[in-house]
Amino acid sequence: MSGVILGTAHREFVKGNEAICHGALAAGCRHYFGYPITPQNDIPEYMSAHMAGHGGVFLQAESEVATINMLLGAAAAGKRVMTSSSGPGISLMQEGISYMAGSELPALIVNIARSGPGLGGIAPSQGDYFQAVKGGGHGGCRIPVLAPHSVQEMYELTLLAFELADRYRTPVMILGDAIIGQMKEPYSPGLHEPPAPIDKPWATTGCVGRPRQHVKSLYLKDDDIERHNWRLHEKLQRVENAEVRAESYHLEDAKIVLVAFGTAARVCKTAIQWARKAGIAAGMIRPITLFPFPKALVHETAGRADLMLVVEMNTGQMVEDVMIATSHHDKIRFVGKPCAMPTPDDIFSEIKRLAGKTA
Amino acid sequence: MSSSDKQLFDKVVFKRPESLVDVKTHFCPGCHHGIAHRIVADAIDHFGMREKTVGVACVGCSVFLYDYIDVDVVEAPHGRAPAVATGVKRALPDHFVFTYQGDGDLAAIGTSEIIHAANRGENLTVIFVNNTTYGMTGGQMAPTTMLGQKTSTSPYGREFSNDGYPIKMAELLAQLEGVAFSARVATSTPAQIRKAKEAVKTAFDMQIRRMGLSVVEFLSTCPTNWGMKPLDARNRVLGEMIDYFPLGIFKERKQADFV
Repeated sequence: MSGVILGTAHREFVKGNEAICHGALAAGCRHYFGYPITPQNDIPEYMSAHMAGHGGVFLQAESEVATINMLLGAAAAGKRVMTSSSGPGISLMQEGISYMAGSELPALIVNIARSGPGLGGIAPSQGDYFQAVKGGGHGGCRIPVLAPHSVQEMYELTLLAFELADRYRTPVMILGDAIIGQMKEPYSPGLHEPPAPIDKPWATTGCVGRPRQHVKSLYLKDDDIERHNWRLHEKLQRVENAEVRAESYHLEDAKIVLVAFGTAARVCKTAIQWARKAGIAAGMIRPITLFPFPKALVHETAGRADLMLVVEMNTGQMVEDVMIATSHHDKIRFVGKPCAMPTPDDIFSEIKRLAGKTA
Repeated sequence: MSSSDKQLFDKVVFKRPESLVDVKTHFCPGCHHGIAHRIVADAIDHFGMREKTVGVACVGCSVFLYDYIDVDVVEAPHGRAPAVATGVKRALPDHFVFTYQGDGDLAAIGTSEIIHAANRGENLTVIFVNNTTYGMTGGQMAPTTMLGQKTSTSPYGREFSNDGYPIKMAELLAQLEGVAFSARVATSTPAQIRKAKEAVKTAFDMQIRRMGLSVVEFLSTCPTNWGMKPLDARNRVLGEMIDYFPLGIFKERKQADFV
């Protein structure tokens, strides 16, 4: 990426995966570790070509297990670090993600999701929602999860991910999918300022002029681990209080409110435009942060809407968070398409069907 | 050494390394981790690198390394220390980075990480402490457990037809191009300890000269889980263990592939 002028709408035409790389380099990430897996290979390929030119480190590890631990080491040394993978690789990284959450290490982990379970397939899917937002790793760890629905957001949310990671000393995940990663569209890198570098006095960089310090997650003495758990919990509560992000799309007068994220939400926008033309008051809540989930917005909206239609590229995962967010369970409907992108027709048909019932 | 000691002697010939914290360790009587810790601290002092060192602790009895060696330390998941150390070293290439790993950690769950860090020729030093068992978890069979050795998960003795053979990591790693130095030492006699000190200093020097990965395997004891008195445990190292795990230098690179 070259010639980015902040504050301008200068546009570039790239794949979503490449926009993540642009965002990472703009944010000052100079350490990328990864392992090949479809459908995210554009990211390590781009980084292998460009990281050295930025004075950074690109290293292809022997496995995702090693990858996440290289990330742990470089993060402990105080660097802005990232990796990217897809479902099977993210599963292998869960051990390290838990250690990094426990050790409070900032990093960006990108999941360009494919279909599962197991080897599954390389078709796009949102089947990793539970794994991403409910912790994934052992011991009750949870990390912020961001869900881009455009190439523009692949870039912007990468900047945000590094900012949140440093601010809260936590790994942050971007949950995309094969479509959003491979899709090419114009975006403007100049609209957002990259996060400034941050002082990391906790980093293990050699004890020059200070007592030795440690990056660790083991707490054996007395009730240290209980205190540590409560402290991490309080940190997540601060994240929940301050960092919820969601897009309200034609929500003001909406009677049928879709709830969707990522690629599914992108398709829903077209279906909602068609519904509006057909005289149906449809709208959407699009969670941008999947954790923290926009609970208040969902509950407040569910109170005045006729129906809440959750649309996911899986067999129903985020719909459980919608049910947790609101007590209006009787209004909640679900339409899912695991392992494929729904068409606007699929969703428009469902909206029309529901509108007929509520009319 | 306290200031009053200094007044008693004209010349200091032996003292606690500055990089070794002056506290009692949690190690069992007769365990040789304390000796290995001291040798590592001594080498850090020798090269004057205390403030430029980042250690990587593994899972097992030696995780509390950070309580005893006065340097910054990162804690790694079980077996992953060479990957964590790779991340630290790639981020801080001018720092001195070492891992300190047990045999369950390095030779079982962490074989992939050590082999590939070694194969990449990462400029790291690996201190590998082999006591033929999982100490912290209560003496289960390790990949280094001797044939016939009874452990809590090989109660009838390790049997090759079921459990395979004790793995010789120092020899195995010496085969890899990226390894600059691979040696096996013991700490059961003063002469062995002197040789161990030399081996660790050579290993550290390899990293400083960017020659590649250096590894020193320590044959150590676990009297508690072996069910032995400290002296009997020491004698087991001198007899049965050295018979199978010979001491010596298996690789010593004279010239770097590249600098």
